[in-house]
Parts: sequence; C-alpha cells; structure tokens
Amino acid sequence: MDRRTLARQLSAIENGEMQVDTFTDGDVIAITGPPGVGKSCIVDAILHRLAPAKNIAVLAVDPTSPLSGGALLGDRIRLSVLDDKTKSDSIYVRSVATRSSSGSIPSIIRDLASHLLSNSFDLVIIETVGAGQSEMRCAAIANRIVVVEGPARGDGIQAEKAGLLELADLIVVNKADLEGCDKVVNDLTVSLGLTSDAPPIIKTSIITGEGLEDLSNLIFNLEERTSSKRARCRQQLLMAHESSLTSNPHFEAILDRMSEEGLALDEALRELNE
Amino acid sequence: MGGRQRIVIAKPGLDGHDRGAKVVARALRDGGHEVIYTGLRRTPEQIVRTVMDEDARFVGLSSLSGAHSHLFPKICNLLKESGLNDVVVFGGGIIPESDRPPLYSVGVRAIFGPGTPSTEVLEFVEEASTRDCGVGSDNGWIWGE
Ligand code: B12
Ligand SMILES: Nc1nc2c(ncn2[C@@H]2O[C@H](COP(=O)(O)OP(=O)(O)O)[C@@H](O)[C@H]2O)c(=O)[nH]1
Ligand SMILES: [Mg+2]
Repeated sequence: MDRRTLARQLSAIENGEMQVDTFTDGDVIAITGPPGVGKSCIVDAILHRLAPAKNIAVLAVDPTSPLSGGALLGDRIRLSVLDDKTKSDSIYVRSVATRSSSGSIPSIIRDLASHLLSNSFDLVIIETVGAGQSEMRCAAIANRIVVVEGPARGDGIQAEKAGLLELADLIVVNKADLEGCDKVVNDLTVSLGLTSDAPPIIKTSIITGEGLEDLSNLIFNLEERTSSKRARCRQQLLMAHESSLTSNPHFEAILDRMSEEGLALDEALRELNE
Repeated sequence: MGGRQRIVIAKPGLDGHDRGAKVVARALRDGGHEVIYTGLRRTPEQIVRTVMDEDARFVGLSSLSGAHSHLFPKICNLLKESGLNDVVVFGGGIIPESDRPPLYSVGVRAIFGPGTPSTEVLEFVEEASTRDCGVGSDNGWIWGE
C-alpha cells in the first residue's frame, strides 16, 4: 500500500470511521518514561541501527491539552534517521495526540499498531510518556515495554514510578554521559533486587553512543518477565472493561442522571450491566 | 465549522530563526489544533513526506532568511506531484510584499509577516478549512486580498 493511503486509513481509525476487526500479531514495543529523558533520541538510535533491514513504524503519542483540545507533537524533531534517504523509506512515523480524556486512546493505539503490522511492518514502536493511567495503558498494549530513566531524576523510587517499573521488561538509564547515572542504576538495582525476576538494566548515552548497540540488539530478543506480563495483562483487562463501559449507549444518560438526579452508583452500575 | 485540523509547521532550508515558527505552532495548539513541528533545516522532500505520513490538511512554512522564493514553490510543486493537492499551504516570516504574488500563484494561500496576531492565523485556518483551497486548486482565493 502506498504511504498516503496508509496515512489516510490511520486517520480513519483514529477518528472512529474505520474498524479494525482482526488483530495482527507481531512485535510491538513501547518506549516509555518521563518527559525529556531521551525517549525520542533513543527511538532514533534504534531506527538508525535497524533500518533499512527492517520495516519499522513509530507511533509517537503526546498529550492533548485539556484546555484547548489541541496538541503540539514534536517527537519528529529528534528523528535524524528520517534525513537518511537510504533508511527513511523503510520507516513510517506518525504523531498521535491523546485527544479525549475518555480513555479510548489505548484501544485506538492498539488498532493503529495492528493495522501497521498487517501492512508489512516488522516492528511497531510506541513512544509514550510514562505518567498517567491512559499512557500506562498505551504502553500495556505492547508485547514488550522498555522504561527509560535519566540521572536528573535520581530522587528515589516513588510509588508512581514503581507502577511503571512493574511493567518493564528492560530498563534503560539514559544520559550516561551526565553525572548521577550510576546512582540511578544503583537505586534501581537495589529496589528491584527485592523481586524475583528483575528486568535487565542498561546504561545508554546519545552523546557517546554507549549502550546503543546493545539496546538495538536486545530489542527483538527481550525476554518476557512473568511479573511484567501479569501487570500488562492487568492493564489490558482494565482497559477493555473501561471501554465496554464507556461505549455503552446509555453511558452518558446514566452519567447525567447520576449528576443531576442523584442516581446511586450501585443502581447506575446495575443499569449499565443490564 | 472547521474544527480541529492536523497542521505541519515547517522550517525549510538553512534558516535558523525558529522563534516565529514556535510562536505560531503554540498559538495553533492553543486554538485547538494538532500541530506537528518539524524542527529546523528541513528539505522540501522531508517536509512533503511529513505532510503525507502525518496526513496533515495544512502546512505552514516559516522563512526569515530570504530563501522563500526558491523553497516555497519547490514545496508546492512537490506536494502536487505527490498527489497532495488538497493540502492548504500558508507561510510567514520576512517575506517582502513584492515577493508574494509569485508565491500565491503557485498555491500559497496566505502569508503572515512580523507582528501578526495569532488570532488572525487561527481565523485563516478556520476560513480555509471551509473552502476548496488546497495547493492544487485553482480557485484563486487568497487570505486578506
Ligand atoms: C532574533 C533574530 C535572530 C536570532 C534568531 C534566534 C532564533 N532562534 O530564532 C539570531 C541572533 C540567531 C539571528 C541570526 C541571524 N540573523 Co536574524 N534576526 C532576528 C530578528 C531580530 C528577530 C526575529 C524574531 O525572532 N522575531 C520574533 C518572532 C516571533 O517573529 P517572526 O519570526 O517574524 O514571526 C512572526 C511572523 O513573521 C509570523 N511568522 C513567522 N513564521 C511563520 C510561519 C507561519 C506558518 C505563519 C502563519 C506565520 C509565521 O508570525 C510570527 C508571529 O507574529 C530579525 C529582525 C526582525 N525584526 O524580524 C533578524 C533577521 C531575521 N535576521 C537576519 C539575519 C541576516 C541574520 C543572520 C544571517 C545574521 C548574521 N549575519 O549572522 C543570522 C542567520 C542565522 C541563521 N542560521 O539563519 C535578517 C534577515 C534578512 C533577510 N531575510 O533578508 C533580519 C530580518 C534582520 C535584518 N533586518 O537584517 N537572528
Ligand atoms: N546529555 C544527554 N542528553 C540527551 C541524551 N539523550 C537525549 N538527550 C537530550 O534530552 C532532551 C530530550 O530528548 P527527547 O528524546 O526529546 O526526550 P523525550 O521527551 O523523552 O522524547 C534533548 O535535548 C536531547 O538532546 C543523552 O544521552 N545525553
Ligand atoms: Mg519524545
């Protein structure tokens, strides 16, 4: 299929005008972590090493501003690989805004990824900020999850972070050229040492190139951890359940009755389950 | 009418002035649009590829270095050759009045100079989205003319 038709079909899926009925299996990898930690740069480094031998699609997910409904999608800026004509034809990059707060974005991302896999892409990489529930669920639709950390966040392991680390099949500590990286690796090793199947940790630097070769070699051969699989399945179940609730035709009306007429929660749930 | 659009904001050529492009990108985002910013120093080919892959309906070009008369037509023609006739092209930066008519004639629909209020750019997008004024259309409509 030509790129333009593919691009239009992805828009149709995003806008709910086209359904994806059968899911195509394949490699879907999520790269997640806090803003500014270097996720896009790492995606670029991976693409430089894997293209053009592999056809790779990137879904770069960024938040929609809740105030305006608009979004500024800037992940492409870091993708210097697109300047390389020998590689860019085997790469497709699409920026996706999270749009509504209704939680439908993870299932849209899953449909987009599936559609790309069924159109001869060998690998789909999902870049998403690792904060907030819907972003976590975007990551959870992947087969493997890479969590990126950086030295500037050497502030211990907070609960919020722990939820994300639970999903990780690999942890990358980026910006190894800066001070404080080893401390983060130590902190992570100590806290993950408490679990039986801790994910591997590697250090990378976009500046020096450290670890990038290893990361690219690992990406297709990541071992699944039992605990991360469980955490991922949990997110998937919650996502499916939530979307079956929000797609119920009576959802909005019942919401109105709860807020305006004082309909009780258990009564509302009973009606939704009917 | 109109509604949310996907808009690519691009800096073609070697021009390193990016403040204006960023201001416009933010203003369009705050106006409820999805803006894909390309970053500096893009070739016409890269810009057209971005518009195609991102399925953008609009592309805004920013130029302050004087290369607009060469780069803007090149991008317009590449868009047409790629079958992206319905994409609306607009631009801004330091573009003298006398340089504008040739740009309009290849399909650029609006040019905004220094001091443009962001509301005007938003009004243009809203208006253009209701018209058949893609780069390949010869309906002759130009913003503010
Ligand atoms: C700040 C500035 C710089 C900064 C740029 C910082 C940066 N990261 O952007 C620095 C110091 C780096 C710089 C360098 C140079 N500069 Co200078 N610079 C300026 C200056 C003073 C202001 C530009 C600016 O940021 N304005 C503020 C922003 C918000 O306004 P704006 O860019 O015009 O954008 C508005 C509109 O034009 C419009 N707009 C712009 N783009 C777009 C796109 C779309 C889609 C839309 C809808 C609207 C739109 O909307 C914006 C908001 O209203 C201008 C003079 C001037 N008054 O314009 C010279 C100017 C642009 N520079 C000039 C020159 C010559 C240079 C240098 C070549 C100088 C040198 N000899 O080294 C270098 C080249 C750098 C390079 N690699 O390209 C000349 C260009 C001459 C020309 N075109 O014929 C100017 C006009 C000065 C002059 N009078 O000679 N410069
Ligand atoms: N020093 C250093 N800076 C980096 C490294 N990787 C990325 N950066 C910088 O970190 C900033 C954010 O990178 P980006 O990939 O956009 O982060 P994202 O928000 O996680 O996608 C950019 O300015 C990069 O140049 C690294 O390994 N070392
Ligand atoms: Mg990014």
